[in-house]
Amino acid sequence: MLARTVTHALVGLDPRRVEVEAHLQRGAPTFAIVGLADRACHEAKHRVRSGIASAELEWPQRRITVNLAPADLRKEGPGFDLPIALAVLGASGQLPRERLEGHAAIGELALDGRLRPVPGALAAAEGARRAGIERIVCAVESGAEIALSGIRPVAVRHLVDAVRYFKGEHDPPEPEAALPATERPPPDLADVRGQERARRALEIAAAGAHNLLLIGPPGIGKTMLARRLPGILPPLDDDEAFEVTRIHSIAGLLAPGSGLLRMPPFRAPHHSVSTAAVVGGGSTPRPGEVTLAHRGVLLLDELPEFPRAVLEALRQPLEDGTVSVARVGGRALFPARFQLVATMNLCPCGARGDPAALCDCTPAQLDRYRSRLSRALLDRVDLVLVLPRPRATELAAFPGESSSLVQRRVADARGRAQSHSQLESAAADLLARAVERLPLSGRGRARVVRVSRTIAALAAAEAVGPEHVAEALSYRSPPELQLA
Amino acid sequence: MNELALAAFAAATDVHASDRESRTHRFASFESQFDRAAYLDELRQKGLRFVGRSDPAFPPRLHAIHDPPPGLFLRGNAEPTLLAQLAVAVVGARACSDYGAHVARGLARELARAGIVVVSGLARGVDGWAHRGALDAEGFTVAVLGCGIDRDYPGAHAPLAQQISREGLIVSEYPPGVAPAPWRFPARNRIVAGLAAATIVIEARERSGALITADLALEEGRDVLAVPGEITSALSDGTNGLLRLGATPVTCAEDVLEVLGVEPTPRPDDEPPEGVAGLALAAIDGGARTADEVALATRLAPAEVAAALTELELAGMVTAAAGHYRR
Repeated sequence: MLARTVTHALVGLDPRRVEVEAHLQRGAPTFAIVGLADRACHEAKHRVRSGIASAELEWPQRRITVNLAPADLRKEGPGFDLPIALAVLGASGQLPRERLEGHAAIGELALDGRLRPVPGALAAAEGARRAGIERIVCAVESGAEIALSGIRPVAVRHLVDAVRYFKGEHDPPEPEAALPATERPPPDLADVRGQERARRALEIAAAGAHNLLLIGPPGIGKTMLARRLPGILPPLDDDEAFEVTRIHSIAGLLAPGSGLLRMPPFRAPHHSVSTAAVVGGGSTPRPGEVTLAHRGVLLLDELPEFPRAVLEALRQPLEDGTVSVARVGGRALFPARFQLVATMNLCPCGARGDPAALCDCTPAQLDRYRSRLSRALLDRVDLVLVLPRPRATELAAFPGESSSLVQRRVADARGRAQSHSQLESAAADLLARAVERLPLSGRGRARVVRVSRTIAALAAAEAVGPEHVAEALSYRSPPELQLA
Repeated sequence: MNELALAAFAAATDVHASDRESRTHRFASFESQFDRAAYLDELRQKGLRFVGRSDPAFPPRLHAIHDPPPGLFLRGNAEPTLLAQLAVAVVGARACSDYGAHVARGLARELARAGIVVVSGLARGVDGWAHRGALDAEGFTVAVLGCGIDRDYPGAHAPLAQQISREGLIVSEYPPGVAPAPWRFPARNRIVAGLAAATIVIEARERSGALITADLALEEGRDVLAVPGEITSALSDGTNGLLRLGATPVTCAEDVLEVLGVEPTPRPDDEPPEGVAGLALAAIDGGARTADEVALATRLAPAEVAAALTELELAGMVTAAAGHYRR
């Protein structure tokens, strides 16, 4: 007796079809799972047996072999519990085998037979849709997520309900239309007092998706400002939102019942993070922080404190928006188009740039601190802002604009932005003068041009004027960094 | 005496190239095998030159010190006569503060604008900023190395050395290949002080290299000037000590010009700039330091302030360090 169900395993972010076959033979009762299953997947044995017993169904006293095909693909996690249980039940004639056709299944079984959601349901559903499968049996909590892919889920609470569905005795209700994800609103720019120049730089960074580096003594609000960037970015459009939601589903970061994520993601790994956690890794590749920040913001607080290997690993994603991870368990290409915001002090002790403190770092310490940032990395940062310590008079200033006002201007500017808008001749003259007078490399010049185009777009100007170039020049990387 | 041979001998044997050394047997045997023409040829191929002490092109001020080097190796596009022009040395701490960097750059810029050659040691900190200031004004500057003429030490200043050699000179008493060693830097300082008619010290700790330069200048009867610093900062101990001993205090470039007996020339671009740049400059003169303070004082938008400050920077009217703008 043979029965077959379908589910999907993930290779990187890519769903791959996996057939779950259950075969029952005469002989001493045994239960074996074959087909490159990992530990969690092997433990399915016990959960499936208990689940079926708790559902007051019969555990076949036969020699049971479950095969997960293709056998060369590594299978991870507890998501195979439900398809295995359904295949076993089909093979033992406890539900109509032919009805299993046209269905995929995903979910973990509790010992009492209830269904639990697993990460990556959205990606699995997408694979099912591509394979032409009509419905997916899943836990109630995954229903809304799977519905996002356009497939009608069979969202059930208990294995019994799934069996009754296949027998035609039960029609589970459609899941609630996915609510817009209940995302905590990001902190608002209105909380920032003074810091007019920094606010302006943040707005430009948002409008042009420029990478931003904030430099200054500790405690002046660099991190506070950086955390307010996601709040002024325009919300994700449908395609982006789907992409981001899928990634977060795979990483298990999606709240149950949540719909599409509309807010650009924000990730802020601590500097003790490992390279694998940043770019992705594991024995089978899993998305890292750069991928979780895809279409959003990656904040690296205290940039020079990050291990050099981590910073170097950022080069590929910063350059082409993807990151490739090769591991024993396979090779994966993850999307990683994020906007980098980084902060750092001017020196290791942090006193530099603070008129009230005397820095006693030696030149060698300074060099070591700054040389941790490679030229290759700094070359990918368009806006560098040196923030001095504000005086008390500024802190007493009125609260500034709220994020929503700035966000509107950013969205307008993005609509207008043209990567080919011309430089007025006065602007070109100014730029030529700057290249001559300042230490400004070829790459530095290109960065200034990019930023001045964004500034012109914010100003709704037809062409890039000298005032736009002059402002862009003020965000070039300061000599303090070039000396290193 | 073969000056080039003495310089090469001193480098090869790691001794100070003194006149006494030139009378030893070791030197005599070295000199007998020394191929002057081939050595000069090699220098030329590297784009280097040598001016011996007896050469009329050797700078007279350096000739006058009690222990002049046998000769100077030169790198750069300027003629050796540049070394004979009126020059001041600007020296100070390597680990200088933003204030020191700002003063060094501004002072060097003003002096270079007045046609004075700025001499320093290419070191980090004050030295580097002094060279940059002179370059800002498109003036002449001379860097004296404490290692072989073909090296850029510290390595981080290689691009700066490149800029200096375009219009000015890099000089050293050491031939190509000599590695920097601690004892060579005080020796280098005597050349810095010897090339200059006056030495200005900006930020120096007690017992620092800059004070050695000042002492050497005093021994040769040259003027020593010092920029006053905060009395609470260790970086001011050396300079304030010099002032106590009678060094001339420097508060502006005119103070230096007066000591040198040079008539200050009115600057052509002293005209206050128009528009927002003028407003921003007035705010800085009124005590504003950061872009936000300028914005607060002028009621200009942050975008306008950023553009105005860049304009002022490009015009050489303000300098920026760590987010602080100064005249």
